[in-house]
Amino acid sequence: MIKHRTRKVVLAIVFIALLATPFVIRQMSARAVPHSGTQEAKAAALENYGFYFEEISHKAGLDFVHRAPTLDPKLAPIMPEVASMGASVSIVDFDNDGWPDIYVTNSAEGSRNVLYRNMHDGTFKDVAEAMGIADVNRPGTGVSMGAVWGDFDNDGYEDLLLIKWGRPELFHRIPGGSFARVTDQAGLPKWINANTAIWFDYDGDGLLDLFIGGYFAEDIDLWHLTTTRIMPDSFEYATNGGRKWLFHNLGHGKFEEVSAKMGIESRRWALAAAAADLRGSGHPDLFIANDYGISELYVNDGQRFREVGKETGVGFAPKSGMNVAFGDILNQGRYSVYVSNISEDGILIQGNNLWVPKEGSGGNAIAFDNLARDFGVELGGWSFGAQFGDFNNDGTLDLYLTNGYVSADRKRSYWYDFSKVAGGNSTIIGDAKNWPAFDGRSLAGYQQKRVWMNDGAGKFVDVAQAVGVSDTFDGRAVALADLWNRGVLDVVVANQNGPLLLYRNMATPASDWIEFALEGVRSNRSAIGAEVRLYWNGQQQVQHVSGGSGFAAQNDRRLHFGLGKKAAIDKAVIRWPSGAVQTIDRPAAGQLLHVKEPA
Amino acid sequence: MSGDGSAAGKNDRKRSGVSRLLSLDNPYLVPAFITCILLAGHATFGILEGYDKTLLAIGASIAVELALGRIFYGKWVHPASAYITGISVGILIRSPAYWPYALCGAISITSKYVLRVNGRHLWNPSNFGISAMLFLAGETVGSLSIQWGNYLWPMLVIWALGALIIWRLRRFHITATYVLAFLAYAWLRSVITGSPWQSEIAPITGPMYQLFIFFMITDPKTTVRSKTGQCIVAFAVASLEMVLRLAQNVYAPYYALFIVGPIALLIEMWLAWYRARRAAAGASDVRAVR
Repeated sequence: MIKHRTRKVVLAIVFIALLATPFVIRQMSARAVPHSGTQEAKAAALENYGFYFEEISHKAGLDFVHRAPTLDPKLAPIMPEVASMGASVSIVDFDNDGWPDIYVTNSAEGSRNVLYRNMHDGTFKDVAEAMGIADVNRPGTGVSMGAVWGDFDNDGYEDLLLIKWGRPELFHRIPGGSFARVTDQAGLPKWINANTAIWFDYDGDGLLDLFIGGYFAEDIDLWHLTTTRIMPDSFEYATNGGRKWLFHNLGHGKFEEVSAKMGIESRRWALAAAAADLRGSGHPDLFIANDYGISELYVNDGQRFREVGKETGVGFAPKSGMNVAFGDILNQGRYSVYVSNISEDGILIQGNNLWVPKEGSGGNAIAFDNLARDFGVELGGWSFGAQFGDFNNDGTLDLYLTNGYVSADRKRSYWYDFSKVAGGNSTIIGDAKNWPAFDGRSLAGYQQKRVWMNDGAGKFVDVAQAVGVSDTFDGRAVALADLWNRGVLDVVVANQNGPLLLYRNMATPASDWIEFALEGVRSNRSAIGAEVRLYWNGQQQVQHVSGGSGFAAQNDRRLHFGLGKKAAIDKAVIRWPSGAVQTIDRPAAGQLLHVKEPA
Repeated sequence: MSGDGSAAGKNDRKRSGVSRLLSLDNPYLVPAFITCILLAGHATFGILEGYDKTLLAIGASIAVELALGRIFYGKWVHPASAYITGISVGILIRSPAYWPYALCGAISITSKYVLRVNGRHLWNPSNFGISAMLFLAGETVGSLSIQWGNYLWPMLVIWALGALIIWRLRRFHITATYVLAFLAYAWLRSVITGSPWQSEIAPITGPMYQLFIFFMITDPKTTVRSKTGQCIVAFAVASLEMVLRLAQNVYAPYYALFIVGPIALLIEMWLAWYRARRAAAGASDVRAVR
C-alpha cells in the first residue's frame, strides 16, 4: 500500500512537472529586450550588432500617410478586413542619377501616389505629379495595390507597372521626360484585383515579361458589388480567387497573355510572387505565396512552367502566404525562400516558412525543408512583407519583417469572431454578409516588428527593439536600398493606413562591403534575373537582381554584399539572363561596381 | 476522446459480423474511424504538415499509457484508448514545434492516472491535455480550426458516418442534445450580439466540432451513466459554452467540457454515495423496526 502511495505521489509530481513544461520552455526562450532610442541603446546596438536604425522619414521629407480604400457599402461591416492592403513601396533610380528613388502607392479613391526623388542631400522630393504617375486612383478606375519597375523596352529608362484593384496601368518613361500611359497598347486586362506582380524574363529573350497574380476574382468590382459572395470559399483551400496572368513581351510595347499556354493556371488567392533560378537551370522559377492556401512553385525550363509545390515540399501545408523573399542565408550559393504567414498566441499558430534547400537535393530534384523554427524566424505575428539584407555588413543576410493587420481599438479584438467564422463551412465564410461587424475592433494590431540577425550558423536573433525598430503600425511592404550610396542598406516600410517609414542604417564602418549595379546588353537592360556569385575570404554568397519580391515591394536593383572585416574578394561571377557568364577577379571592397554585360 | 478499451463481450458471438463490428464493445471501432478520418483528410486536403507530429503524439500517448499501466496495474494496458488520445491530439492541436505533441499526449494520459476519484478518471484525457496546452502554451499551440477544405461534402460524409457509429454505440442522444442546444444558443447569441446567425452556427460546421461532438463529449469513461444524465450534461456543456462564447473565448467548447465534465461525474458519484447511504439507513431502520 505504501509503495503504491509512493508511486502515486511520484506520478503527481511528474504530472505537475509536465504541466509546468510550457512555462519552463517559455522562460528559457525569453530574453531581455533592451529599450531602443536612447544614446545608450544606440551605443549598445553598435557594440552588440554593429548597427542601429534611425527612423528619419519626416526629416528626409517623406511625409506620406497611406489611406485605405472605401469599398462598396455592402462591405461596410468588415471594411477594415477587406480594405486591408494597398500600401506598397518600390525602389527605382528613375532618373538614372545613380541615387535610388522611392515610389509609394496610395489606395483611397482620388488619393495620389508619390515618387520621391532622391535629392542626394538626405532629403527626398515628391515629383510624381510632374512625372504623370500620381493621379492614378481616380474613382471608377480602382486603386493602387503595388508597383514594380523594369525597363521593358530596353531604352535605358525604368518603366512602371502599377497593379490595382481595378484597371492596371503600364507607364513608359519617355527618355528624359515624364511617363506616358501605354496600358492599352500593351494589351493589359481592363480590370483585375491583384496584389502581386513581377518583371522577369522567363524565356531569356532579352525582353522583360510580366507576371500578375490575382487576389479577388477579376469579375468583381469591389465598388459596385452585385453579390456579397466574394470572400474565399475556404480559409485553407480556397480556389475562387483571381486568375494569373503571364504576359510575354513581344517588343514594341506589346504583350501577349500566355499563362495557360505556359502552364500557369491557378485561382488561388495570390498575395506575393518572386522569381529566381532556384535549380541552377539558367531560367527563373516562379514562387507564389497564396493567401488561404498552399504556396505554388512553378519551375521553368524556358519553354513552359510546371507546378512542383508538392514534390518540392513547399506546396503541401496550407497557410496564409503573404511574402516571397529569396536569400542565400547560409552562404552556400543557394537560395532559401521566406514565406510569411499568421501567428497569434493562443489562437492561430501557422508559423512563417523558411524553405531551405534539402541537403543533397538540387536541379530538377530540388526539395525544401521548412526550417523557420530551427532558424528562429518562425513567429512574426500577422506577418506581411519581409526582405533579406545584410544590415551590419558582417557577410551574412539578415531578415527584416513587418507585420500587423488592423490596429484600431486596443482593448477590443476581432479575433474571436474571425476564428469563429473562418472554421465554418464554405457557404458561410464565402459570403461577406455572414461576417460579424468589425465595429472598431483590432485584429492582430499594434504588433512589434522583427529584425532578425543572422549568425551565419543557422540561427537568427530578433534585435528589432534593440536597434531602434519600435513602430507598431500595420506594416505591409518592406524595400531595401543603399539610399545614400554609403555602403549600407536602409529600409523603407509602407504601412497600411499609416506613415511611410524610412529607417536609416547607422552601421559601424568597420565592416567591408561591395555593391553591383548591373546593366544588361543582350539581356534585359534592367538586368533583372542576373545573378552575382561573390567569393571572398573562403566563402561565397549568391544574389540576384529582382523584378519584385517581398510583399508589394521591390528592392533596389543594385546588389549589396556585406563582407565582414578585412575582406579579400577572390572574384565575382556574374551570370546574365542571356546565359553569358562574366568573371571579375579580385574587385576591391568598399565600392559600387558598375558592370555592363559584354556584348 | 478516450476509447473504451474493454474486450469484446461474450454476447457478441451471437451477433452478426457487421453488428459486432459496429458494437459498443468493439475497441477498434472508434480508433479505426478516427484513423480513417485522419488518412482521408490528409490524402485529400493535407490536413497535417506531415505524419511525424501525429505519430509523435500517438507514440508518446501509447508509451506513457503502457508505462503507467505497468507501474500501477502490473499489466500491459490495451493501447486502443491511448491510440485514440494520441491521434486526437495529433489532429486537434496545431503547432510548428514537435514538443507540444509529445507533451500533450503525455499530459492527457497521465491525467487519467492522477486525477481520479473512486477509481474513475474525471477528465476526458484528450480534452484535458488539449485544454491544458491551449491554456498554458498559447504562444506555441493553437487548435485545429479550418481543415477539411470548409466544403460541404466532406462535412456531410463525416457527419453521416459519425452519427451512424455514435448511434450504434448508443450515444447518439448525447450528440443530438448537444447539437440542438448549440443551435438554439447560436440563435440566442445572434439576437444578443447582433452578429449574423450564420456566423454563430459556423463553428459547428467545422472539423473541430465534428471530432468534439462525436467522440469527445460521448467518451464512455468520462460521461455519467444514466441516459437522462448524459443529456443533461451535454446540455450543460452547451450552456457553459454559450457563456464562454459571449465572453469571446475562442476555445469555448474545450473549456466548457473541461469544467462541466468532472463536475458532472462528481455529482453522479455523490448521488450514488447519497443513495447508497440512504438505502443503508433505510435497511437499518427496517432491521430496527423488526
